[in-house]
Amino acid sequence: MADYILVMKNITKEFPGVKALDNVNLEVERGEIHALVGENGAGKSTLMNVLSGTYPYGSYTGDIIYNGEVCQFNTLKDSEKLGIVIIHQELALIPELSIGENMFLGNERKGRFGIDWDRTFHEARIHMDQVGLKDDEHTLIKDIGTGKQQLVEIAKALSKNVKLLILDEPTSSLNEEDSRMLLNLLLEFKKQGMTSIIISHKLNEIAYVADRITVVRDGSTIETIDNHDRTVDEDRIIRGMVGRELSDRFPKRVPNISSEIALEVKNWTVHHPVYTEKVVDDNVSFHVRKGEIVGFSGLQGAGRTELAMSIFGHAYGTGISGQLFINGKEVHLTNERKAIEAGLAYVTEDRKGNGLILPQTIAVNTTMARLDKVCSGGVIDTVRENVVAEEYREKLKTKTPSVQQAAGNLSGGNQQKVLLAKWMFADSDVLILDEPTRGIDVGAKYEIYCIMNDLVAQGKSVIMISSEMPEILGMCDRVYVMNEGKVVAEMDIADASQEKIMAAILKSEKKEEEKQV
Amino acid sequence: MNAKSFVKKYTMVIALVAVFILFGLLTHGRLFYPQNMSNLMLQNSYVLVLACGMLLCILTGGNIDLSVGSTVCLVGALAAQLMDKNGMNALLVIFLCLMVGAVIGGWQGFWIGYVHIPPFICTLSGMFLFRGLGRVILASKTVPVKNKLFLNIFASYVQIPGLDDGKIKMSAMIVGVAVAVILLITVFTGRAKKAKKGYAVGAIGPELLKKAIIAALVVFYAWKLANYKGIPVMLIWVLAVVFIYSFITSKTALGRYFYAVGGNEKATKLSGIDTRKVYFLAYLSMSFLAGLSGLLMAARIASVNGDTGNAFEMDAIGSCFIGGASAYGGSGTVAGICIGAIFLGVINQGMSIIGLDNNWQYIVKGAVLLVAVIFDVVSNHKTGKG
Repeated sequence: MADYILVMKNITKEFPGVKALDNVNLEVERGEIHALVGENGAGKSTLMNVLSGTYPYGSYTGDIIYNGEVCQFNTLKDSEKLGIVIIHQELALIPELSIGENMFLGNERKGRFGIDWDRTFHEARIHMDQVGLKDDEHTLIKDIGTGKQQLVEIAKALSKNVKLLILDEPTSSLNEEDSRMLLNLLLEFKKQGMTSIIISHKLNEIAYVADRITVVRDGSTIETIDNHDRTVDEDRIIRGMVGRELSDRFPKRVPNISSEIALEVKNWTVHHPVYTEKVVDDNVSFHVRKGEIVGFSGLQGAGRTELAMSIFGHAYGTGISGQLFINGKEVHLTNERKAIEAGLAYVTEDRKGNGLILPQTIAVNTTMARLDKVCSGGVIDTVRENVVAEEYREKLKTKTPSVQQAAGNLSGGNQQKVLLAKWMFADSDVLILDEPTRGIDVGAKYEIYCIMNDLVAQGKSVIMISSEMPEILGMCDRVYVMNEGKVVAEMDIADASQEKIMAAILKSEKKEEEKQV
Repeated sequence: MNAKSFVKKYTMVIALVAVFILFGLLTHGRLFYPQNMSNLMLQNSYVLVLACGMLLCILTGGNIDLSVGSTVCLVGALAAQLMDKNGMNALLVIFLCLMVGAVIGGWQGFWIGYVHIPPFICTLSGMFLFRGLGRVILASKTVPVKNKLFLNIFASYVQIPGLDDGKIKMSAMIVGVAVAVILLITVFTGRAKKAKKGYAVGAIGPELLKKAIIAALVVFYAWKLANYKGIPVMLIWVLAVVFIYSFITSKTALGRYFYAVGGNEKATKLSGIDTRKVYFLAYLSMSFLAGLSGLLMAARIASVNGDTGNAFEMDAIGSCFIGGASAYGGSGTVAGICIGAIFLGVINQGMSIIGLDNNWQYIVKGAVLLVAVIFDVVSNHKTGKG
């Protein structure tokens, strides 16, 4: 029988309104590299947060058996004590502190009086040598690249006596060379007996490094593929990731697409607002017709949100160039107000952070983008505002006792409806919906889809950014695939499939590699 | 409404009543002497005016303006010098001084709104800058304010021949009763208007009771004023500011934007609202009101020196937080901060009448402020920045 270092049994984790994990089982053998793959939002990160104690014992059901013992972790510290260390996608390093200081942050080497700096830097050196980091241990984090920062994180894990290392998308921000170095390092550690779990979207890397691959889909583990002999190819993994049935999860719509183009973007290039030399969107061109739903597919970080926000009144980015046409006329939308007046709406993926004012009422949120419509002479007609909010509450079937409720009291799905109401009230002609169904349950998703269908039936245009491929395929008339800031494919929905979209993304990555070589 | 939610909704009102009663007892009723009641308002006039401006700053995200005390000094100094040394016309002086307040506000608003200088630091710099300028203008002396017109505009009492000749100033009484009657009438007209539009009308009892209590207090206060010197002109200035700011914050689109920025700045920006302008206007209005306060103070004290307005910002900030403005921005009302200001005022005056040592007054004020904010945070389950 295999020697399992970790067994997760029947793990179920619910967030208000959403079942993020549903009876998940995961078995990790001692000394292997185990990969977790799945689409965004499938539940990989949630599972790892359960394991590390970020979600404390009691907030989920099921058992974690580590080294043969049932564990109950209440904090990250509890799991770290047993040698389980998680390295998140966003690195937890303080840019202004040195490598050595960062490695022992929260885990300081104490002397008789305060911190023993000699010991700190001595030990830092040892672990840095283990990961092959040659920089001085006093170098500040901000002065080294992301690849090296990732190595610092691993060295930090080593300093905690790691037995089971969890890496969440470790290579997502690394270039090819750094990624390969990191993966080889993991293989090296495997030889020394360390167990790792790696979460990644980059299937070629998974196929290269993982001994076994567990596929997570919709909060459940689907299968575990054996890859000890490195024979599994990307297609095999993709089939596992996307192979779900498409039943009637999407409302029917008879396409009624006009030949008129509502919005067209030509050669749109956007630079990062802080690292201004970094190109986030590279020479992107696309268009959307009246009455059409156009999808934007791609992995996280493909530049879709940035594209949308930069079009919406330059709300993101610097050094924006390119042309934007609305109804055939070129426009220059240099701020959000102008974008709204031109009939554009950007419905954010981040409801809580960028969308709603949670402590304010539904009524206030509904009229936010076009307050002038319920004002006369700058004075708000609150009666009219309430009537308007009530109207949209009924139209969108928002479940709330009254429009005087604070938006923060609503469930995710209902918050999304309030956000949609806000932009519908703004009389927008082209609505960009960024991950409109993220984090909401199946029933509410269906209602959101119905609202989208209603919108295009009125001759409006919808651009849907979504990382859920079934949703793209089920709702859109046409789809653009983006990867690393570029549009890499455009497909009519009749020709599109999940495999084709995935293949387009992966192929473009390969091209990049070849170019670099 | 059950007792618990009643207490929660009217905590500060109940607390205010409690301190009134407490200090009424401790001062053996002296707190309620007409002169003391009249002075209560006059001594806190600057706090009320400044708190209105401070509310807008705090709404944008718990930001404060540390420079208002210094601006009061600078504007007061300018007014005093222009009239005393240059003999300039009082009306022209008032206009000029208010403009100077606005320019100071524009200066700070520009840096905070458009250059994103943290408000704390920008106004800290203003605190030194304007205090220093004020002292330069005063040439480190105490300058008297003797201009009759100027004093009449800010620090006199309403005197209507025929009405106010006797011991009891009838004008105050008439105004008080009139306001009370209008208040009660609005209950009925407001309901009729709502009913006409087909809008839900609540039970009349609580609404009427609430307005009746306010009306009674107005009459009571008018009676106190009538027994002293009548309606202070300064009260009219203060009420004008309070009403204007109350209207702006509760009824206008502009007012809504202050709450929106404090509630979620990113969402506000993405709703097409120029958040930079919102910050700019908050600090512009703050310094403008500080300028007005400078004039009020110059008239009330009838002189200006280098320490005029010292620590005024702290009273204004304290009033806002005691009055229920959130320390994280996004919530607070003008009515609330007025109660906060009067609350502080009653404590101040009560302690002074008792003759409590000045140092102890500070200790009590500090404790009250902390308790108020703790209550706000705990009762609303606010935790830290989240």
